[in-house]
Amino acid sequence: MSVLVIAEHDNQSLSASVLPTVTAATQLGEDITLLVAGHDCGGVADAAAQIPGVSRVLLADAAHYEHGLAEELTPLIVNAATDYAYILAPATTFGKNLLPRVAALLDVAQISDIVKVIDGETFERPVYAGNAIATVQSSDAVKVMTVRTTAFDPATTSGGSASVETLEATEPVGLSEFVGRDYSESDRPDLATARVVISGGRGLGTAENFKLLEAIADKLGAAIGASRAAVDAGYVPNDYQVGQTGKIVAPDLYIAVGISGAIQHLAGMKDSKVIVAINKDEEAPIFEVADYGLVADLFEALPEFSKALDELDN
Amino acid sequence: MKLLVPVKRTIDANVRVSVKKDGSGIDTANVKMAMNPFCEIAVEEAIRLKEAGQAEEVVLVSIGTGKCEEVLRSGLAMGADRALLVESDAELQPLGVAKALKAVVEKESPDLVILGKQAIDDDNNQTGQMLAALLNWPQGTFASKVEPGEGKVTVTREVDGGLETLTLKLPAVITTDLRLNKPRYIKLPNIMKAKKKPLDRLSPDDLQVDLTPHLKVTNVAEPPARSGGVRVENVQELVDKLHNEAKVI
Ligand SMILES: Cc1cc2nc3c(=O)[nH]c(=O)nc-3n(C[C@H](O)[C@H](O)[C@H](O)COP(=O)(O)OP(=O)(O)OC[C@H]3O[C@@H](n4cnc5c(N)ncnc54)[C@H](O)[C@@H]3O)c2cc1C
Ligand SMILES: Nc1ncnc2c1ncn2[C@@H]1O[C@H](COP(=O)(O)O)[C@@H](O)[C@H]1O
Repeated sequence: MSVLVIAEHDNQSLSASVLPTVTAATQLGEDITLLVAGHDCGGVADAAAQIPGVSRVLLADAAHYEHGLAEELTPLIVNAATDYAYILAPATTFGKNLLPRVAALLDVAQISDIVKVIDGETFERPVYAGNAIATVQSSDAVKVMTVRTTAFDPATTSGGSASVETLEATEPVGLSEFVGRDYSESDRPDLATARVVISGGRGLGTAENFKLLEAIADKLGAAIGASRAAVDAGYVPNDYQVGQTGKIVAPDLYIAVGISGAIQHLAGMKDSKVIVAINKDEEAPIFEVADYGLVADLFEALPEFSKALDELDN
Repeated sequence: MKLLVPVKRTIDANVRVSVKKDGSGIDTANVKMAMNPFCEIAVEEAIRLKEAGQAEEVVLVSIGTGKCEEVLRSGLAMGADRALLVESDAELQPLGVAKALKAVVEKESPDLVILGKQAIDDDNNQTGQMLAALLNWPQGTFASKVEPGEGKVTVTREVDGGLETLTLKLPAVITTDLRLNKPRYIKLPNIMKAKKKPLDRLSPDDLQVDLTPHLKVTNVAEPPARSGGVRVENVQELVDKLHNEAKVI
């Protein structure tokens, strides 16, 4: 069975989200093609060709693909679709924006956020904020699916030797235009793939207080996340939100500070290996999923935590 | 400008759901239902555009059982002008819903369709994108800011890296994210007024659409439970456990 994986990238480098998506692809078929559509993105295609398991990289390079607009990429993918039994993309904002548009034009269902491949037409996906896992079966000729990146191990990035072929660009559609982006700059690891995540909630009280988390994040090499309440209050940017309707994370260690543990938040972090909760309310639901719960005032606990980490290093 | 807002009736966001023992789905008997929160944000945005003089009419549409009238009435009480109910007892999936919405768009000719980004029951996050595809319209998904202009609309989107801004030619499809606005509370007198606002019922046959699901849900199960954790007495014990027991720091 042939699988087409739509690569997410920024024309410079491949997004880490591609790697677990390739792993999901290998569970569906041996013949895996990666589509790199963008502008001046030859380097990305070359990097993609190194991923073991990928047999072919298609490079579609044109100015109107530069910003990954769904309107422009859809005709390209729809034209190529006839050759594939599966079309996959990561369940990131990139993939979620794009694949339903592709599926609708192919007149097939799109399956969102698969976490498990049972067989070639049967998949598992979380519903109701992860409170249930649905098994869905598709008899569509092409199965168009987004992949939950935390549910599949990342493929490695070297050792492969796929061919890179040029795919002719489709005509510009011109319905939408990219104006600009305002990306959060950070030297910290990416929230989606970090080994350690420390998240703050409404309990932090101000944007300034997130510095308490930063001090610890620096020492642990952690990414910083947040609850919806903390984002809504403007303590941190929108892309910090972990949860049902934000980012899904599954680090080795997740530390929730001043977060009550609403079901929508749990949906985004409860597959973490080890969960720590620091909350002054011993009844807070976050303790139900925590491996280690500390009932404490965060304003006392965090400075102590920071100090204890220093001592650990010595 | 005319605005169309599709709204879905879902479980209330505060409900703790339980999975039926026979694996057939979620137990929704006697569970509180409400308008999907992202649809509330969509209705609010449409009403604000009307209040700002940027739109003339706000039309709501829901596809589903007769009970969807409740959510349409709440949307009317928020300030929408009229509503359409496409009545069907069938199982609905995004592609079928998008096809029905396309037919409604062809009847109503809105300039902008504002949907929620995601229904909190099936967590699909697909319908707006599919509708835009079927209409060959541009899409501004996960919007946190919507600014209509001459023949176009500028949309700021919440994406994984932060924010991204696009301009879309009208007509266009927009889906809402959490930061777009804070929906208003419904005032009691408006509930009474909403009862008198027009609500038309249609059938999928009237729209000549096929709602047949493409996917078969064969089982719905509880997710694996996490095994119980422990309480630690102080920070020192926490760090000690993380270092020596869990070995994660
Ligand atoms: C449609 C929809 C989608 C949503 N999506 C998401 C999502 O993706 N992600 C998400 O996170 N939420 C989401 N939510 C919101 C969710 O329901 C909760 O409202 C939110 O997670 C609460 O955030 P919080 O825990 O920071 O705030 P709160 O619930 O207010 O909890 C604050 C906690 O801080 C503790 N605290 C306060 N002061 C201190 C102190 N000094 N020391 C220690 N502890 C302290 C309190 O005891 C409390 O438990 C969504 C909601 C809806 C309706
Ligand atoms: N049955 C429905 N009736 C009206 N609108 C719907 C329906 N289902 C989905 N929608 C719209 O599509 C959005 C996204 O839903 P979904 O793609 O199912 O996650 C919702 O927020 C609604 O605006």
